[in-house]
Amino acid sequence: MQADPKGVLTGVHFLDGDHACCEGTLAAGARFSAGYPITPSTEVVERFASRIPTVGGIFIQMEDELAASIAIQGAVWGGAKAFTVTSGPGFSLMMEHIGYAAMTETPCVFVNVQRGGPSTGLPTLPAQADMMQARWGSHGDYGIIALCPNSPQECFDLTITAFNLSEEFRVPVLLMLDECVGHMTEKVVIPEAGQLNITPRRFTKLPPEEFRLFEPRADQVPDMARAGEGYRFHVTGLTHDERGYPSMDVETQDRSVRRLIDKLTPLSGSRALFEAEDLDDAEVVVVSYGITSRVAQRAVQLARARGVRAGKFRIISAWPFPDPHIRELAGRVKAFVVPEINLGQMVHEVARAAGGQAKVIPVSHAGGSVHRPEVILDAIMEAAR
Amino acid sequence: MNASSLEIPCEIPAGAQNPVEPFLRMDRMPHIWCPACGIGTTVNCFTRALLDSKADLDKVAVVSGIGCTGRVAGYVNLDSFHTTHGRAIPFATGLKLSNPELQVVVYSGDGDLFAIGGNHFIHAARRNMDLKVICVNNLTYAMTGGQTAPTTPGQTISATSPYGVFEPSFNLVQLAEAAGASYVARWTTYHVKQLAKSMGEILNKKGFCFIEVLSPCPTLYQRRNKMGDGLDAMKFYKEVSKVRHGSPTSEAALTKAGEIVVGKFVDRDRPDYLELLKSQMTASLGEQYAEPEVMCSEC
Repeated sequence: MQADPKGVLTGVHFLDGDHACCEGTLAAGARFSAGYPITPSTEVVERFASRIPTVGGIFIQMEDELAASIAIQGAVWGGAKAFTVTSGPGFSLMMEHIGYAAMTETPCVFVNVQRGGPSTGLPTLPAQADMMQARWGSHGDYGIIALCPNSPQECFDLTITAFNLSEEFRVPVLLMLDECVGHMTEKVVIPEAGQLNITPRRFTKLPPEEFRLFEPRADQVPDMARAGEGYRFHVTGLTHDERGYPSMDVETQDRSVRRLIDKLTPLSGSRALFEAEDLDDAEVVVVSYGITSRVAQRAVQLARARGVRAGKFRIISAWPFPDPHIRELAGRVKAFVVPEINLGQMVHEVARAAGGQAKVIPVSHAGGSVHRPEVILDAIMEAAR
Repeated sequence: MNASSLEIPCEIPAGAQNPVEPFLRMDRMPHIWCPACGIGTTVNCFTRALLDSKADLDKVAVVSGIGCTGRVAGYVNLDSFHTTHGRAIPFATGLKLSNPELQVVVYSGDGDLFAIGGNHFIHAARRNMDLKVICVNNLTYAMTGGQTAPTTPGQTISATSPYGVFEPSFNLVQLAEAAGASYVARWTTYHVKQLAKSMGEILNKKGFCFIEVLSPCPTLYQRRNKMGDGLDAMKFYKEVSKVRHGSPTSEAALTKAGEIVVGKFVDRDRPDYLELLKSQMTASLGEQYAEPEVMCSEC
């Protein structure tokens, strides 16, 4: 489906990542957002609050992040595409409703512009330390999708991808910016509406008496209905059967929770999003994401200039983790170098996927700035030795 | 109020055993509520109000939080949402704003709406969000075993106040009025006709409407406080309730054994959230303003 031109600000712009993300939500068809102010993410909804009254939709500033993160889900069941935006402390408060969205298979988008933590941490400075929280922060077993843009242009592009994936898989999608990407200003090209592919909601075509809200189709994803159309459906965060009725038996729990994770399997393999460069002859591969990938780029160039066959693997879809791709590389390279603005998060995933076939070297940073390229370069040189 | 003015339908639909059957998910019966619990009584009143209001049931949605009353959403044969603890109101806010033609009813308990969800309640009332909030107040956390709630009266015993509750409790109707609710009433499950009539009134009123229903919890609250069984609760409600429409809500606080002031306390007209939004945007943006079309298109 093509984008609705009402929301598409076609043209060449000079935008920061937060504003580009907002334009992505509008282009993707989001007409509802609920938010709560928090640095460095607020610009996304400030722009939405300014733009949406002329596009035709609603922004509401809620009383806290708990409210914002569940108001969007009410809006989705009412028929909207909806999202919320936050940063670390607010992201912590939203965990309950990421779990609710996963359990109730409510398609929606959470944007987290990461700042330094823990707790209030570094409100105006960057980090990438919420990556594990994004995957595991709510209780119980479930799956989500997380995407990591590294430029304002990608903030626009991947926001649309986030909405599209959320609709295709009926899953919450987490867009993991960092303060640098959110606040850096660069050229952003917004195409015409006709050139943007938008995934429509999977509304059922079955009549109410035949429709079951949680009965998966062949791709393990169930179709949806919207409130007010006679389906008289029930949605609960309790473990539920295909009708949506609470069911406390072990078999239902096994079947439904496994499906929440299994339905996302294509995202780790054939549908994984990543950028690869100089991998054909690589002996050392730098695995990075978000703003750190742009520092890593420089380090890879410097290493090549010094005769080390360095390559770049930039993670774009961080969750589900692109296991098969890292595993394949691990069989033919000497080492992975994993710089990230945290004290070691995605590096554990790289090590797990590598399965001992290659060395895995973390380059940690507690947050507040980006790495210096030389620090990553040193790790590459060390790895190649 | 002339309670007998409410027409109670008694026609039994073909194949049913009870006039309210079409409103319930009969394939989920029996329900989980204890014998003599009042929640089922309130649901019965609600179905009668729906019948009486001739509402299009496809356009009525029920949103509940967590707890004994939180299970109402699972039993009504409507679009229904059993959300997270305390968050029924913000969920309902999103649902209403995305799909304004829905009549959105929040049906939940006192602990859910006023402890963990208290902040959402006051803000939705402040905004005059067009939600109909029905609070079944059994004065305790019943689902988890009878712990102290913000509504538990002083001098009672609960699972977490074994030596007696000493915290002051909320006066819910005063709280609702102060926060800005358009309609505020209180009944008990003894007052079934009045309750059904009040529920019918809020289904036909715009803005944030609130009904508190005092409801017995024989299993936990009454047993622990030696207050007898379900029948004793009805006798107690009958004996101590005083109908005082228009009573100042500040004079309607509840105590363990004192009188229960019931009636309709507030019925006022204020522009609701969507009306305020539209008038502000029209004033600021003129012809540039686009009416919200929030729903996404069909596949």
